[in-house]
Amino acid sequence: MSNGMSFTAIFFFVAIVGLTLVITWWASKRTSSASDFYTAGGGLTGWQNGLAIAGDYLSAASFLGIAGAVALFGFDGFFFSIGYLVAYLVVLYIVAEPLRNLGKFTLADMITARFNNSKVRGTAALSTITIVLFYMIAQLVGAGALIQLLLGIDYWIAVLIVGFMMTTYVLFGGMTATSWVQIIKACLLMIGTVIISFLVLKEFGFSIATMFKEMTTATESGAAYLNPGLKYTNGLDTISMLIALVLGTAGLPHILMRFFTVKDAKTARSSVIWATWIVGIFYVLTIFLGFGAAAFVGKEDIIAANAAGNMAAPLLAEALGGDILFSFVCAVAFATILAVVAGLVLSGASALSHDIYGQIIKKGKITEKEQVLAARIGSITIAVISILLALGAQTLNVAFLVSLAFCIAGSANLPVIIYTIYWKRFNTAGAVTAMLTGLISALVLVAMSPNVWNPIEGKAIFVGEPLIFLTNPALISVPLGFLGGFIGTLLSKETDDAKYREVDVKANTGISVQDVSH
Amino acid sequence: MANNQAKKGVVIDYDAIANQESFKSLVRRKNSFLWSITAIFLMAYMLLPILTSYTTILHQKAFGEITFVWIYSAGLFIMTWGLCHLYVAKANNFDREAKAIIAEYENGGGRR
Repeated sequence: MSNGMSFTAIFFFVAIVGLTLVITWWASKRTSSASDFYTAGGGLTGWQNGLAIAGDYLSAASFLGIAGAVALFGFDGFFFSIGYLVAYLVVLYIVAEPLRNLGKFTLADMITARFNNSKVRGTAALSTITIVLFYMIAQLVGAGALIQLLLGIDYWIAVLIVGFMMTTYVLFGGMTATSWVQIIKACLLMIGTVIISFLVLKEFGFSIATMFKEMTTATESGAAYLNPGLKYTNGLDTISMLIALVLGTAGLPHILMRFFTVKDAKTARSSVIWATWIVGIFYVLTIFLGFGAAAFVGKEDIIAANAAGNMAAPLLAEALGGDILFSFVCAVAFATILAVVAGLVLSGASALSHDIYGQIIKKGKITEKEQVLAARIGSITIAVISILLALGAQTLNVAFLVSLAFCIAGSANLPVIIYTIYWKRFNTAGAVTAMLTGLISALVLVAMSPNVWNPIEGKAIFVGEPLIFLTNPALISVPLGFLGGFIGTLLSKETDDAKYREVDVKANTGISVQDVSH
Repeated sequence: MANNQAKKGVVIDYDAIANQESFKSLVRRKNSFLWSITAIFLMAYMLLPILTSYTTILHQKAFGEITFVWIYSAGLFIMTWGLCHLYVAKANNFDREAKAIIAEYENGGGRR
C-alpha cells in the first residue's frame, strides 16, 4: 500500500472538495426559506432524488464495510447487502407515501399530523437525534481512521476536515447542496464499483462460474467460504440482525427525509425506482468487491490494514488498477462519507430546530427568517456535538453503533409510524410509549450485548460477560416497541375517530387545500 | 409552500370524503394489497436466515460451485426489483381512483 500522500490521491481529494464547494456556493443562492433548507423546496426530479437516495443510503458501511465483510466471511458478509436492499420494499410499501402525504420536514411532523401534542413531537425528535448522533459517530470515527490511513494525517485533523466539510454544505447550501453532494457521490461510487468489478471479472476470464470455482480454493476456508456460517453461527443472532436491517431502514430519519424533497407522491415513487435499481446493482457488485479482495489481496493483508476489513475495497483497487485507481477509490470513499454525514446533520438539525425549537418552544409562531436561522444554528449544534463525540471515541470500537442506529430506528420509529397510519384506536399515550419503549429497550439491550461486553480485553468497550448473546437485539426490541405502543394505547381512554378519518383521507388521497375548490 | 397559504380559507370536510363508498373501497383494497405483498416479501426474506441457520438445504451446489444460497439471494434481488415496479404500477392506478374520489367530493359526495 502506498504510504502517505501521493500526487494523484491529493488531486482526487482536492477535486472532490472543490467540486462540492462550488455546488454549495451555487446552492446557497437558492436557499432562502425553511422549505428550501430542509427539502430543497421540494423541487428535485425523480432521477435526481433517486440518485440522492442512493447516495444517502450507500454509506461507508455499505461500500467499505460490506466489501470487507464479504472478503473476510464470504456469504455471511453478503447478508448485509440483501438486508439493506429488501429494506427498501418496507419503505416503499408501508411508509413512503403516507409519510409524504402527511409530513412536511420531519418524522415528527407526520406523527403530529395526527396527535398534535408536544410530548409526541418531543419524543419523536429525541429518537431522531439519538439515531443521528449514533450513526454519525460511527461514520466520523470511520472517516477519521480511513483518511488518517490514506493521507497520513492525524486522526483529529481528519475528523475536523470531514466535520468542516459537512457543516459547510449544510450550513450554506441546505438540502440542495446536500442532495447534489449525494448525487455526485452516487455516480462516483457506481463508476468506481463498476470499474473494480469489471477488473475482478476480467481476472476470472469473465466467467461467474470460474469465479465461484476459484473462490473455493482462494481462501483458507475452502468451499465453506461460499456458504453461510463463517461468521454467524447462532441462528437467533443472525435472524435478529436481519430483522434490524430490514425494519430499521424504514425508520432512519435521514432516509425518510428524502421523500419530502420531491413535489408529489408520483415523483417520490419514480425516485424510489431509480434508487432501488442503483442500490440493487451496487449490492450485487459487492460480491465482486469482496471475492476480488479475498482472492487478490488476501485475508492477511486486509486485516493488517484494518481489523474490520474496511480497507478491502481500496486495497483491491490498488492490486488491480495501481495507484490511480487506489487514489480514485479512496476519494470515492471520502465522498461517500461526506454525503452521508451531511444528510445526517440535516435530519438532526430538522429535529432540533424545526421540531424542538420551532414547534415546541416557539409553538409554531416563528417567521420564515427565524426558521432558517434556527435551522443553521441547529446544524452547527448537531455538527459540533458529533465532532466532539467522534474525537473522544477514537479508540472505541464503534462499528456496532450503525447496527444500534438501525435497531433504534426499527424499534422506536417504525412501530409508531405504522400505528399512526394504520391503527384507528392508536392515541397520544400509545405514541409516546411506543417510541420510549423502543428507544429505551434498544439502548438497554445493546448495553448488555456482546458489542459492549467481551471477556477479552480490546474486543469490546468493557471487559466482562455479555448479559445477552444477541449482537443486535432487534428480535426483542422491535416487538417491545410494538407492544409498548399497544399497551400504552389501551391504558388511555383517549380516542379521536374524526382525526383518524382526516389522517386516513390525507394519507390515501394526498389531498390538500390546493386540490379542492370549495 | 406558497400555494398552501394562498387558499387558507378553504376547509376540507374529511368526514365527508371518509364516508364515500368509493373511498372506503379504495382504502380496503389498497391496504390488503400493501400488507399481503409485505407479508410475502418479509416471509421470503426471513426464510433465508432460517434455512441457512437450521438446515443445510441451501448449502448444496446448484450450478458448478454456486450453491443454492446464492440462487435464493438472487431471487430476493429479482423479487425486490419486480415488487418495486409492481408497486408503482398499482399506485398509479390508486392515484386515478383518489382523483375520482376528490372529484366526487367536490360534487357533493359523502355529505349527509
